[in-house]
Amino acid sequence: MSNPELIGQPSSLDPKARTLARAATPASAQRKSASTNLARGLGWFSICLGVMELLAARALARRVGLQGRERLVRACGVREIVSGVGILVSREPAPRSGWVWSRVVGDTLDLSTLRVAAATPAPRRSHPAVAMAAVAGLTALDVVCARSLQREADAARQTTDYSGRSGIGGSPEQMRGAALGTFVQPPDMRASPTLNTGALH
Amino acid sequence: MKALCWQGKHDVRYETVPDPRIEAPRDAIIKVSSCAICGSDLHLFDGFMPGMEKGDVLGHEFMGEVVEVGPGNNKLRVGDRVVVPFTICCGECEQCRRGNFSVCERSNRNKDIADKAFGHTTAGLFGYTHLTGGYAGGQAEYVRVPYADVTPVKVPSTLSDEQVLFLGDVFPTGWQAAVQCDIQRTDTVAIWGAGPVGQFAARSALLLGARQVAVIDRLPDRLSMAKACGALTINFDRESVVERLNELTGGKGPEKCIDAVGMESHVGSTLDTFYDRAKQALMAESDRPHVLREMIYVCRPAGVLSIPGVYGGLVDKIPFGMLMNKGLTVRTGQTHVNRWTDDLLRRIEAGQIDPSFVVTHTEPLANGPQMYKTFRDKQAGCIKVVLKP
Repeated sequence: MSNPELIGQPSSLDPKARTLARAATPASAQRKSASTNLARGLGWFSICLGVMELLAARALARRVGLQGRERLVRACGVREIVSGVGILVSREPAPRSGWVWSRVVGDTLDLSTLRVAAATPAPRRSHPAVAMAAVAGLTALDVVCARSLQREADAARQTTDYSGRSGIGGSPEQMRGAALGTFVQPPDMRASPTLNTGALH
Repeated sequence: MKALCWQGKHDVRYETVPDPRIEAPRDAIIKVSSCAICGSDLHLFDGFMPGMEKGDVLGHEFMGEVVEVGPGNNKLRVGDRVVVPFTICCGECEQCRRGNFSVCERSNRNKDIADKAFGHTTAGLFGYTHLTGGYAGGQAEYVRVPYADVTPVKVPSTLSDEQVLFLGDVFPTGWQAAVQCDIQRTDTVAIWGAGPVGQFAARSALLLGARQVAVIDRLPDRLSMAKACGALTINFDRESVVERLNELTGGKGPEKCIDAVGMESHVGSTLDTFYDRAKQALMAESDRPHVLREMIYVCRPAGVLSIPGVYGGLVDKIPFGMLMNKGLTVRTGQTHVNRWTDDLLRRIEAGQIDPSFVVTHTEPLANGPQMYKTFRDKQAGCIKVVLKP
């Protein structure tokens, strides 16, 4: 039989459900998620790589088979720095995710450029294939990070309040242990006897 | 008839398929009145479970009316209203006689494949890969139910579909998860995952007398539903699960831990989840076992780990030394649904619990493909979807 105290009657979307803004919690009080930490790591990496591309464009271009294209390397450096700064200054998952996606776009461009470099005869100490492998690994990491941040952003956007849906026939304190009077623990699912002594914390 | 068919990863379609027919004397045909999308259906949707074939009819949570009965079935009559447990059981083999219905030795018609994959076969399941029999599922207008003189549970007309539908899976699954913990009145029970199984596990732990129940998730709507039954909630995006559980237990850790998440744990909370996702992408690991690692770490020595969450294959970096040295007991498995249904039906009738609390969306079966996405992406506060053929 249906208990009038119970709630949670089905509907296309519960009419009692209230869409609430996410509980306002000071940013400083929130533990940073691993995806945020990873994004920050990628942001700093991006800046460091960008600075290196600006300051050591010639040496770097030679290493990856792009000799003679130092201006392109420097342009990539600027792009890396912009992406890195964007990631680090973003406070919310949504814009941070956008900046990490910008890294993915940059990675794709880098892979295309390196592929062209790899197809041309390489001078000594030029390793475009190694550079491609490294960029491919970073791309995978960027994609995972960006998608994770995007999910965080989606979850944070809005939430539905189900705090009225207890589903039990009374208050939690009234219902605590309510099944015990008519329940026998199956012998094959008993726990270690040392836990059944009733010892308190 | 119309049904939801698996056509590949992230591809579920509402299609016309042949009507089911009686194939064995103990069979029955059920006209489905309500069915649901289960969290474990998402493992099929996301392509993590092997053994699916294009065109397979999905769904293992369903109920309806008996419209045809085989000549050897003396239990059911046309017109009976039944809930059908997702585990198919013969009722006669050694495992069934022991009450271990989810490892019935006879109901998996692809026993040879299962023997190779699992070492020994488990029970046949509706709508859940050819490793478990390849039986057509219940997200359809009609279903053939094998061993229908044992598996289905008759339900009274005084209860609504939404009150009894979940007797077929998520309610007994949450209940068994709690029972496997052998809960004492002094226990703290920590539950990872506030989806439907986690919600039922929390309420079951409360009814079985747990001193405190802590539910761990990251989605505020799911945590609000857990809070509604008096559970303490831990948002792992905002605080350390280990630190909070230790705070709640005087630094000793919870005695009982329940994994209601399984193989697709969230990526992004800790670095090991990125590691798992990367390995999964490289096909070097099939499941993401972050919750198992965390439970083993935080559980009190000599405690119990209860694992109703579904795992499909191989996991990596499980701290087995920690598990062994702490003397933890691990209990897991698909749910022995028929072992609990009579008792749980009585509890629903007595008003101890009304399982309809978990339903957040009710839609026509034709909208099933979209609802798979909504449920998978946890959009619009989606926790449990009921579909009406």
